[in-house]
Amino acid sequence: MLRAVTSMILLERLPQPLRSLLRQLAVAIPLCTFIALFMSAVFGAPLGPMLVFSFSIGLTCQALIEGGRRGVAWWLARSRPDSEPLRNGWPGWHWTGPIIVLGILGGVQIGYRMASGLLGIETRTPEFTNWRAWFVILSVSLIASLVVTSFFWARGRLAAIEAKAQGAQRLAAENQLKLLESQLEPHMLFNTLANLRVLIALDPARAQAMLDRLIAFLRATLNASRVGSHPLSTEFDRLSDYLALMAVRMGPRLAFSFNLPDALRSAPVPPLLLQPLVENCIQHGLEPKIEGGHVDVCAVRDGATLLLTVRDNGVGLAAGSAAGGTHFGTQQVRDRLAALYGAAATFTVTAAAGGGTEARIAIPLHATT
Amino acid sequence: MTVTAVIAEDEPLLAEGLRQELAALWPELQIVATVGDGLAAAGRALALAPDICFFDIRMPGATGLEAAQALAEDWPERVPFPLIVFVTAYDQYALQAFAAQAVDYVVKPVERERLAACVARLKARLATRGPLPESLQRSVDQLRALLGDIAAPIAPRLDVIQAQVGTVVHLVPVDEVIYFEAADKYVRVITADKEHLIRLSLKELLPQLDPQRFWQVHRGTVVQARCITQARREESGKVTLVLRGRSEALTASRLYAHLFKGL
Repeated sequence: MLRAVTSMILLERLPQPLRSLLRQLAVAIPLCTFIALFMSAVFGAPLGPMLVFSFSIGLTCQALIEGGRRGVAWWLARSRPDSEPLRNGWPGWHWTGPIIVLGILGGVQIGYRMASGLLGIETRTPEFTNWRAWFVILSVSLIASLVVTSFFWARGRLAAIEAKAQGAQRLAAENQLKLLESQLEPHMLFNTLANLRVLIALDPARAQAMLDRLIAFLRATLNASRVGSHPLSTEFDRLSDYLALMAVRMGPRLAFSFNLPDALRSAPVPPLLLQPLVENCIQHGLEPKIEGGHVDVCAVRDGATLLLTVRDNGVGLAAGSAAGGTHFGTQQVRDRLAALYGAAATFTVTAAAGGGTEARIAIPLHATT
Repeated sequence: MTVTAVIAEDEPLLAEGLRQELAALWPELQIVATVGDGLAAAGRALALAPDICFFDIRMPGATGLEAAQALAEDWPERVPFPLIVFVTAYDQYALQAFAAQAVDYVVKPVERERLAACVARLKARLATRGPLPESLQRSVDQLRALLGDIAAPIAPRLDVIQAQVGTVVHLVPVDEVIYFEAADKYVRVITADKEHLIRLSLKELLPQLDPQRFWQVHRGTVVQARCITQARREESGKVTLVLRGRSEALTASRLYAHLFKGL
């Protein structure tokens, strides 16, 4: 175990070409040894010369095939530099097949002569002495080469799939973080805490009520990603927490109203779907407006459709987006609706009649979310 | 001697909280006005000429920084320039800039010890405030460096201005513009023979202009450098600009007067 770990650490430190050479040898050496043992057992030949033949032929074949494969991949990559497999030295089976066949034909010839030379045996090419031996050597080499190439091919694909999965995971985590960051916007949080700090001395009862609102808001924000849906009445409660916090901060500059018919109270909606829209009303509509204004949230049933409207009478779309919006809030609403309802949901943000902005969401009323 | 201050903070509770904390820490300090937006902040401070201004950064109307800029530009040179303390909830870039330019700031929620330290520093600086023109110049230099540090990121360059009048859109090449002038939420685009109004604030327009060719000379004026024929330094520290192709003269504020110095 310890040796495996140290050898892995050492491998990580070596330059890439040397590392892949060592990996090749780690497969080739046991395989060539196994073939030598097998041949020696089956044909009753002495093991020593068999090892020399096996290694000469095996390593030569592998060198030709691997070299050929990488060479072709490099050559192809010059005209298609964006291909991921080519960059990793894989030209595809339609190239690798012929390379294996040619590599074996060449490798067996060269390896056989090399081994004969090393052992001091008179050089005879096998096809002139023994057709059966020639056939056996070629088949064994072919099978071994296919096994080795398939092994590295599968390994490469696995690594690619793993890298892709890791990338996707990282992206999902980043999005989650961005979402949380947008909901727990530091400016909002610290200003709320600053208000709370003043209120504790000024009006402890109101401070406590404000703290309860903040707790409910934080709990809902942190839980939102874990719950699939909640009743519309709960959604309105959370919006009222947020708006109550903002009303303490903005004082008489903020007024808000809700309109939720009793029949729609239990309609399921994705948690905190409306939250970013209400936040936009405050941040881009009312906060930049000296005299402030109001936010109205209402739910209406239209046949089998649930219509949700968030409206403000703030500075309006053009001026509000100029105040430094990233459109992350509306994009997030759009993405969530698309993922949950597909084409069955619509979402529009328009200039409200009489100034301000109006966001409208239409979702199927009895869809399971 | 009584010391006076103006508080600009759009959240009423925070304004009240700051007022109470200051009353406890510095009983002689007299809060002469508390305002809730950036425009009133600059207006009241100019009218009341306090010794100290506490300016929130994020406010409706204008930011605390913009209010400070307005003060630096319009402040009468015979009156001591106020010490400005910025108050902000969370803005790490601004904080870095404040720290770099040694500008006073406190972070919300304002801790008592932090505010006490700020008060001590303000008292010390009020006691050693230098002679008038130099102290104003020092404040102006400090603010100029601060505004440079917090400059908006560069946007894609604008080549043609599209000004809509009713159903007609006039296309004005940027090259032909002599100067831009802020007018409430609009910008007036002035060429040699025409004048257009565009629905864009100067703050949004500025990052889209090439700063080598278009110089901001006042918080409300951006002028094409090659159209300036003469710059005359006034006693007040301001600079009067004579233009090619326009009869009216422009004024460069003391924040931008450094742009015009003979070689």
